[in-house]
Amino acid sequence: MIISIASGKGGTGKTLIATSLALSLKNSHKVQLLDCDVEEPNDYIFMKPEITFQETVSIPVPEVDKEKCDHCGKCAGICVYKAIAVWGTQVMIFPELCHGCGACSYICPRKAIKEIPRPVGVVESGHAQGINFVHGKLNVGEAMSPPVIKKVKSHINLKEITIIDSPPGTSCPVITAVKNSDFCLLVTEPTPFGLNDLALAVETVKELKIPCGVIINRNTEGERKVEQYCQKENIPVLLTIPLDTEIARLYSRGITLVSGMPQWKQSFAALFEKIQEIVSERNSYSKR
Amino acid sequence: MKEIVILSGKGGTGKTSIAGSFAALAKRKVMVDCDVDAADLHLILKPSAQKEQEFWSGQAAVIDKEKCIQCDVCRGLCRFEAIKDYQVDPVSCEGCGFCSHVCPVGAITMQECLAGHWFVSSTRYGYLVHARLGTAQENSGKLVATVRKEARHIAEQDKLDIIISDGPPGIGCPVISSLSGANLAVLVTEPTLSGIHDLERILGVCRHFDVPALVCINKHDINEDNTRQIEGFCRDEKIELAARIPFDNVVTEAMIKEVPVVEFSVGKVAKEIKTLWQKVTEKLENQNSFNQ
Repeated sequence: MIISIASGKGGTGKTLIATSLALSLKNSHKVQLLDCDVEEPNDYIFMKPEITFQETVSIPVPEVDKEKCDHCGKCAGICVYKAIAVWGTQVMIFPELCHGCGACSYICPRKAIKEIPRPVGVVESGHAQGINFVHGKLNVGEAMSPPVIKKVKSHINLKEITIIDSPPGTSCPVITAVKNSDFCLLVTEPTPFGLNDLALAVETVKELKIPCGVIINRNTEGERKVEQYCQKENIPVLLTIPLDTEIARLYSRGITLVSGMPQWKQSFAALFEKIQEIVSERNSYSKR
Repeated sequence: MKEIVILSGKGGTGKTSIAGSFAALAKRKVMVDCDVDAADLHLILKPSAQKEQEFWSGQAAVIDKEKCIQCDVCRGLCRFEAIKDYQVDPVSCEGCGFCSHVCPVGAITMQECLAGHWFVSSTRYGYLVHARLGTAQENSGKLVATVRKEARHIAEQDKLDIIISDGPPGIGCPVISSLSGANLAVLVTEPTLSGIHDLERILGVCRHFDVPALVCINKHDINEDNTRQIEGFCRDEKIELAARIPFDNVVTEAMIKEVPVVEFSVGKVAKEIKTLWQKVTEKLENQNSFNQ
C-alpha cells in the first residue's frame, strides 16, 4: 500500500507525520519511507539513515554532431521548449530548458543528434531504524524536480508499506509525488492559510482520484473552521495533534514525535488502521 | 524601481505574514503573490479584483479515437508515460508534442491548456497581482513570470518605488522564476534543523542567480541553540541577519482577523518586522548609491 503525505501549505507537519507514521508501523510491517520533497528533503534529519546507495538523476539533452548537421532546423521546429535553436549555420542548445522528450534526436534526418545525460539531482537509499529509506535531492539552481521525484519513486516496493513525504503546493512536483498512491493524508493547521490551502490540495487529490483524509496539526480549542470544512466535504479527520511547545521543541531538534513522546505510537497505529479500512472498503466497492 | 522577494526554502516559516506586514509598512509599492500553487496573501490584503485574465500555457496531447489504429507507436516513444490504452493522461503529459509528430495516421493533436487565472486587484495597501494555478496544472513558473511582469508594468506606469513579492517554498521552478532578476531576497527561516538545512539551500539558489540576500529568523526563541547556529552560519557566509522575531500567538491571531500583524499588535513581533523592513530599505538604498 502506498500512502502519501501532502499539504497545500508548507510547514504544516508533513515530515513530522511521515516519519512518525513510518516508525510506528515498522514492528508490524515492512516499511519504506520515500522523501519526495526533493527541493527541501528533511526526513533524513529525523531518520539519520545509513546511506548505502547513491545514483545520479539526469535528463537526456541533445548534443549535435557538427559534421553531420546540415542546419535543416527540423529539431528547432519540433522543440516546444525552445531548448534548441538554429540560426544560419549555428545550432544553439539550452540544456536547462530541455525536458528530455527525445523528439529532436528522433526527427533529425541526418541522425546528427545524440542525447547526453545532464545531471539534475541525486537519489540516495539505505536503512534507518529498521525502515527502508530513500530520498532525492534536486541540485541547487535546477528548476525541474519531477525527474528526481520519479527516480525516488522507482524504488517503490509494492510488497511493503510505502510512505511518501510529498513537497508542499499543488502543482507538478506534488502531482508527481502523490500520483498512484492508494491514500493521501493531507496535513493542515487550523488557520485561514491552512484552510485555504487545504481546499486547494483536496481539489488536486480529487482530480487524481485518490481517497484522502485530513490531519489537523497545531490544533487549538475553538478553531473549528477546518473541521467544518471537512464535514461539509465529507472528508474524514483522521488525527488531531495539539499546538504544544514540547512537540515544536522536539521537531526543532530533529527528533521524531514518536521517539520523543512514545505515547503517540498508538495514535499513529490507529491512524494506519483507519487508512487500511478506507482503502479496502474502496477497493471492494470498485471490484463490485 | 526595486523588487524584493520573500523566500524561505522550507514552507510555513512566516513568509506571507511578513509580506502582509510589508504591505502595510511600505509606501508607493505594488504587491505580488508569487506562490501561485497555494496563494494566501489575499487573505490578509483582502483585494477586490479589478482585472481577471485567463492563463493559457502549454499543451496536452489528445488522441482521436476514430482515427487511432492502435499501433502504439506513440506509447513507445513517450518518455513521460503519459499514454496508456490509446489515451493520453493529461496530468502526465508534458506537452512536448513528440507523439503528434510520429503518429502515422495523424490521430494526435495538441490542445492548448487553460492553466489558471491571474488577477490585478486593489487593496487598501495599493495594487496586488495574484494568481490561481488550475487544479493539477503545470507551468507554475510561467504563471509566476506572468504576475511579476504585470507587477513591473503597474510599477512603471504608476512610477512606484518597489515591488514586494511573496514567494513560494522550495528551490525549484516557481522559486527560480520568482527570484531571477530581483534586487533583494529576504530569507525567512526558523530555528529548527529543517529550517537551517533549507536556508542553506535557498541561499545557494540566491547565489546561483546572483541575487543579494538577508536573513530573518522567525520564532527565534523556540530553540536558542539553533538560533545561535543560524547566527554563526550568517556570519560565516557574510549574510546580514536583519531581524529575530520571537514566537508569539499574535501572528496567528492577526491571520485569523485577516490583518497584517504590524497593524494588529504593537508588541515585539511588530517591532522586529518594522526593524526588518527598515533594514530592507537601507539595503536597497545602499544598492542605489553603489550603482551611482
